[in-house]
Amino acid sequence: MNHEEINPVPIKHKYFTPGVFILLIIALNGLIFLMGRFFFGLGSVTNLNDQYPWGLWIGVDVAAGVALAAGGFTTAALGHVMHKEEYNAIIRPALLTAMLGYTFVAMGVFVDIGRWYFIWHPLIMWNGSSALFEVGICVMIYMSVLYIEFLPIVTERFIGKVKLPGFLSGLNNFVDKLLRLLDNGLSKTMFIFIIAGVVLSTLHQSSLGTLMVIAGPKMHPLWQTPILPLLFLLSAISVGFPMVIFESLLASRSLGLKPEMHVLSKLGSMIAPILGIYLAFKLGDMFIRESFVYLKEFNTVSVLFSIEILFGVIIPLRMFLSHKVLKSPLFLFIASALVVFGVLLNRINNFVVAYNPPYSTQSYFPSFGEISVTIGFAAILILVYRFIVLNFPVISLPGLRTAQPTKYTIKGAKK
Amino acid sequence: MPGKSRRDFLKTTAVIGAGVAGLSSSTAKAAPKNILSEDRMGVLVDTTVCVGCRNCEWACKTAHDLPAGELHSYEDRSVFTEKRRPGTKALTVVNEYSSGKNSNLPLDVKVQCMHCDHPACVSACIVGAFSKEENGSVIWDTDKCIGCRYCMAACPFQVPAFEYDKAINPSIMKCDFCFNRTKEGKLPACVAICPVEALTYGTRTELVKIARERIKRNPDKYVDHIFGEYEVGGTAWMYLSSKDFSELDFPKLGTNPAPGVSESIQHGIFAYFVPPVSLYALLGGIMWISKHRKELDEEGKL
Repeated sequence: MNHEEINPVPIKHKYFTPGVFILLIIALNGLIFLMGRFFFGLGSVTNLNDQYPWGLWIGVDVAAGVALAAGGFTTAALGHVMHKEEYNAIIRPALLTAMLGYTFVAMGVFVDIGRWYFIWHPLIMWNGSSALFEVGICVMIYMSVLYIEFLPIVTERFIGKVKLPGFLSGLNNFVDKLLRLLDNGLSKTMFIFIIAGVVLSTLHQSSLGTLMVIAGPKMHPLWQTPILPLLFLLSAISVGFPMVIFESLLASRSLGLKPEMHVLSKLGSMIAPILGIYLAFKLGDMFIRESFVYLKEFNTVSVLFSIEILFGVIIPLRMFLSHKVLKSPLFLFIASALVVFGVLLNRINNFVVAYNPPYSTQSYFPSFGEISVTIGFAAILILVYRFIVLNFPVISLPGLRTAQPTKYTIKGAKK
Repeated sequence: MPGKSRRDFLKTTAVIGAGVAGLSSSTAKAAPKNILSEDRMGVLVDTTVCVGCRNCEWACKTAHDLPAGELHSYEDRSVFTEKRRPGTKALTVVNEYSSGKNSNLPLDVKVQCMHCDHPACVSACIVGAFSKEENGSVIWDTDKCIGCRYCMAACPFQVPAFEYDKAINPSIMKCDFCFNRTKEGKLPACVAICPVEALTYGTRTELVKIARERIKRNPDKYVDHIFGEYEVGGTAWMYLSSKDFSELDFPKLGTNPAPGVSESIQHGIFAYFVPPVSLYALLGGIMWISKHRKELDEEGKL
């Protein structure tokens, strides 16, 4: 798996910066509202009611969270399954984003469900006809797979460097041996988990689209279609690489690294065709069902649908076709950010905007508490990401040879 | 042709899958839950007969241990100024509408869970906490529910309610067709108390016959529509009215069962795990080939 040209290292950079303090405040604010939810019930923090059972937390934390973590399985498919080694440098950051992304999806579910202490029920109480059950089971298994895929990064960090404090130091050799055993076992079996990860992702990314099909006429016809699962899968695949680019450029900016433009440009050149396929299905579906008639009216729904298609798909699609955009970090960032924004808006549209219950007296808008928790979770995710890339070998520095030796040389050197 | 043989292989797999499916579905039919019994019960609500006394609201609350207050307090007709919905505090409510054809009397509509023959909540529930019982009632199991509220998003009548104000063990609240009373041979509380026999309790087949008979005998009085006979594949509770049902705030629904499309997608994606397993095999194949091609290329260079 290791390629000569890439050598991921823990980045040397200080953790605390003014930006980090702002994120800490946002995180703290979210946690305070979260306490309200656990002490006084969902109604005390959210604007949800019997007409609108699902709101921002399901739309953004869960549905958009799963979609935006798609970088994990798309890069795994590209780098490992199709064996394109030139992309190895981005696989680890994408894997970390996916792992953290799914962890926060699970946390989003945990705080949204009324009986959080029964979150394990789907493991033993099965309902095969439920799309939500399928999503739940796949997400649980996939999250475990992501943690397993991340383990080699942990073993690599500690093999040959186990230094337990004080009286535990006697165990150093033993722990080291254990890590080596684990690492050895993992590198022999990893392909099983990698393929499983891709299969599980295609399953639950599409089933997430099936979720709202059962709402039938309660969902606006601009979004309600039997091909929702396909649209969800295609949009998840098309947001995979843009999310990796978006996050890689952000990280290199924040950590003062040189952006890996040679990999990112190549990755960017693959986005336009994928977006094109998504757009074709999205528009084709709209014309077959003749739902475009709803675009003639000027209201929130038609405006949000148009923004989603125009700014989230068509403009970035055009941008990714341009050579100039692919070569410029700034334009590449803007184009990727637009796709990310488009998919985020699409999930919000599907789960919140399109949902129009028959007896609502006023439409739903998320409360300050709901928004606080959502951005609080996002802030914590960024903080944990930062901590991990500073302490574990995730990001590769091109051309840097002075870093730690690769794990294979460590294995060879016997103590 | 390699393509053809692969297609044949898939076809054979599908046939085997279908065979297995046939076996498993025939055994599944022996289970008492979530199948439609021939003599499942229902209620026929005649909105032209109902006088809006709201005694059923009181009886329902009493039967379900909800704070009910005094029965005479329900004589207050000022509640009819706004349209109410069943919720966590009342599993059924009566709303009043202006009169229909050939009458000056107002129409009163009792609202509660419709107890669908093909319930969306049963299909949607992540842990299978809902079930369609043999006697026609759709009930909820508190021991399974995780409070995800997908049933509320799925229900075509927007009936299930959730206790948003509870931090611990919030419940999904909806009419359970007095499952505990009917088990003992008693009538549902609302049916038992109704002073004007606006509610008729009986087997669903019988009720459809009665409703048809009433429409036939009084074609001037009723609109020729039994709401619930075919809506979303049929419901246990059915309504007669002298006015179009859309004017009584009934949702406009097709005749296909609410969970139909989503279940066929769901079963299509899984289809006895053939698609996921084939995808796994396909990806494994691609992985093996691309790796070997790489190795061969490198050997060639040396």
